[in-house]
Amino acid sequence: MSIISLIIKREFIAKVRNKSFIVMTFLSPLLFVGLAAFVGYLSTMKADTKRIAIHDESGLFAQEFTAINQKNGEYKYLDLSLIDLKFLKDSITNESYEGLLYIPKVESSKDFENKIQFISNNSPSISFIENVQEVIADKLTKTNLVQAQLDTLAITKAKANVTISLSKASGEESVKGLNEIKIGIGGAFGYLIMMFIIIYGNMVMRSVIEEKTSRIVEIIISSVKPFQLMMGKIIGTALAGLLQFFIWALIGLSLMFAASLFFGVDVGPTAKLSPELVQAAQQEMTGTAQMYIKELWNLPIASILIGFVIYFIGGYFLYSSFYAAIGAAVDNQTDSQQFLLPIIMPLMLSVYVGFFTVINDPHGTIAVVFSMIPLTSPIVMLMRIPFGVPLWQIAISVTLLFGTFFSVVWFAAKIYRIGILMYGKKPTWAELYKWLKY
Amino acid sequence: MNTILEVNKVVKQYGDYVALNGVSLAVPKGSIYGLLGPNGAGKTSLIRIINQITLPDSGQIILDGEKLQPKHVQYIGYLPEERGLYNTMKVGEQCLYLAQMKGLTKAEAKKQLEYWFERLEIQGWWNKKIQELSKGMAQKIQFVVCVLHKPKLLIFDEPFSGFDPVNATIIKDEILALREEGATIIFSTHRMESVEELCDHIALIHKSNKLIEGKLSDVKRQFKTNSYEVGILSDNVEGLMYDITQKFTVAPANFKSLNNELKLEIQLGTALPNELLQVLTQRGQVTHFVEKIPTVNDIFIQAVSK
Repeated sequence: MSIISLIIKREFIAKVRNKSFIVMTFLSPLLFVGLAAFVGYLSTMKADTKRIAIHDESGLFAQEFTAINQKNGEYKYLDLSLIDLKFLKDSITNESYEGLLYIPKVESSKDFENKIQFISNNSPSISFIENVQEVIADKLTKTNLVQAQLDTLAITKAKANVTISLSKASGEESVKGLNEIKIGIGGAFGYLIMMFIIIYGNMVMRSVIEEKTSRIVEIIISSVKPFQLMMGKIIGTALAGLLQFFIWALIGLSLMFAASLFFGVDVGPTAKLSPELVQAAQQEMTGTAQMYIKELWNLPIASILIGFVIYFIGGYFLYSSFYAAIGAAVDNQTDSQQFLLPIIMPLMLSVYVGFFTVINDPHGTIAVVFSMIPLTSPIVMLMRIPFGVPLWQIAISVTLLFGTFFSVVWFAAKIYRIGILMYGKKPTWAELYKWLKY
Repeated sequence: MNTILEVNKVVKQYGDYVALNGVSLAVPKGSIYGLLGPNGAGKTSLIRIINQITLPDSGQIILDGEKLQPKHVQYIGYLPEERGLYNTMKVGEQCLYLAQMKGLTKAEAKKQLEYWFERLEIQGWWNKKIQELSKGMAQKIQFVVCVLHKPKLLIFDEPFSGFDPVNATIIKDEILALREEGATIIFSTHRMESVEELCDHIALIHKSNKLIEGKLSDVKRQFKTNSYEVGILSDNVEGLMYDITQKFTVAPANFKSLNNELKLEIQLGTALPNELLQVLTQRGQVTHFVEKIPTVNDIFIQAVSK
């Protein structure tokens, strides 16, 4: 057996046998599901209905609000125009009402635009205020139309609704909301890469530190080259990580399967509806669903998957060589913080760029530039691929990534080679630079 | 081929610091070769170069007639001064792993391990983790790992540190047994009494340079001052002293004896011992007459403080 596969095997077994690995592997899906269920449970809990008092001196709007009261709505509007305003203000202080909407009597309807007040001790949510403004504006518009002696019915009829259907030059039709799906898919893969790099890069670093502090490293590198040891460690840890992800995927799938079985039994009563109704509903559902599924199939799935594998390998190896070099340079984990920051930054940056820039403009300058820079390309480019990226861009990006990867491995191996035999003090950046020249 | 390891003008620099300044050594086959020197002399740097952990800036190493190359790691067994093992790995697995790294197959490694575990009476440790063992126990495991692949050249850096006297003796006997089987041993230490006991060749490195090298007896001969320790029972001490000081330089000596004799250290200069004996026998009864041979410790201190 070649030495590097021996090292890979040892690293893999050491990781997999570790108690925390086993616990993490089987506990985190449970935690995740538990957390999701908990959040789901919280969101089904009804918020207390908030009572909003309306003091409408103009008499124009109170009815509009009481008309939109729903049985279990979050807000309940009460028309209290007849009650003294000062008394109402006091009762807000007593917390009998969440807030008071005060609409004064004005000369011309134009004055309403900035004379209406909402009085509350708590700051209301933006959506609530927007909702109130909309109700008032609607009513005012209608009143204005009536005053201008326009036929409101005719105007409503005259209102046009436009839906632009999206399609590509090749003639394929698209559905709206596809961008969200695309960024969702790219984002999920990119996020996966980031998580993998952070979790398993750290593991590589810990493993290097462990060998260094236990002093076994000198025995090992009297048998193998430091470079072999480093690569074996990185690959072995990656394999353990992949196994963990694989198990998570299996658990996730079986949980989903179990859930669908469980809910399948649960929705039994619906099946008692007349078969025609169910069929109709199904047809309607499948109509849209089919569109989406068709669109999903139209995504460059092959490019996404191949891209994922390539960028996953490139990104993981690039970053974990950094982690290995840091582990070799320091004596314990607390000392590593200073060197870790420059690694975490580009990772965070790429996720932000992905979610804020790529979704708005997948082929804009920023998105393109960040999908070329090797430290950010694994994540940013993956998010761009679902939108269709020209092959030459991918070629440049991958070449840059692997070129950087090889030079970083070379540098990291140098630092690693010197660092593992240096005990006792935390090196400075200047010293690390000096090591490169040894 | 009488030399197993030849170090030729090896230079190693770390930045501006010169760790080895053109050091040359020749280690004879089958010897126990003491590599001596104060802290920071460059011993560990040299040992790391021999183990191919680091590369020399210039100079070359010849192992058994061949230029040092990666395949040679399986001919060398190395017990570093800073030693340790994987704390959470089981003893047996760990030994198998390290042996396989030295080129043994799994089956060979297992066979050798069983032999050594039995020999050192540690069979029960196979499934224990290193963190469950004491420091001395872990050292024994390391010793096994170091010799497991039957290396031609063994390099021990401070092998006895951390061992209690019982275990130190066991290890010492094992080292001697390995030499009997044909291995050559390089032995780096500060403990001069173990050098005296074990080594037949020594080299002394100081401030990145080699100061002394050779057979231990030759080195001692080179450093001896032609002095003799003398014990004598005499009625006429004054007359005796007069006679001796005419010809030789005299100093009081201190050695253990049962008689209450006069104890002297006498430097002969160019004279022969018989000339001294003649003077002594005329004046009294000689109870003690020993050539003063410098200890390795004396040589070490003398060479380093020069």
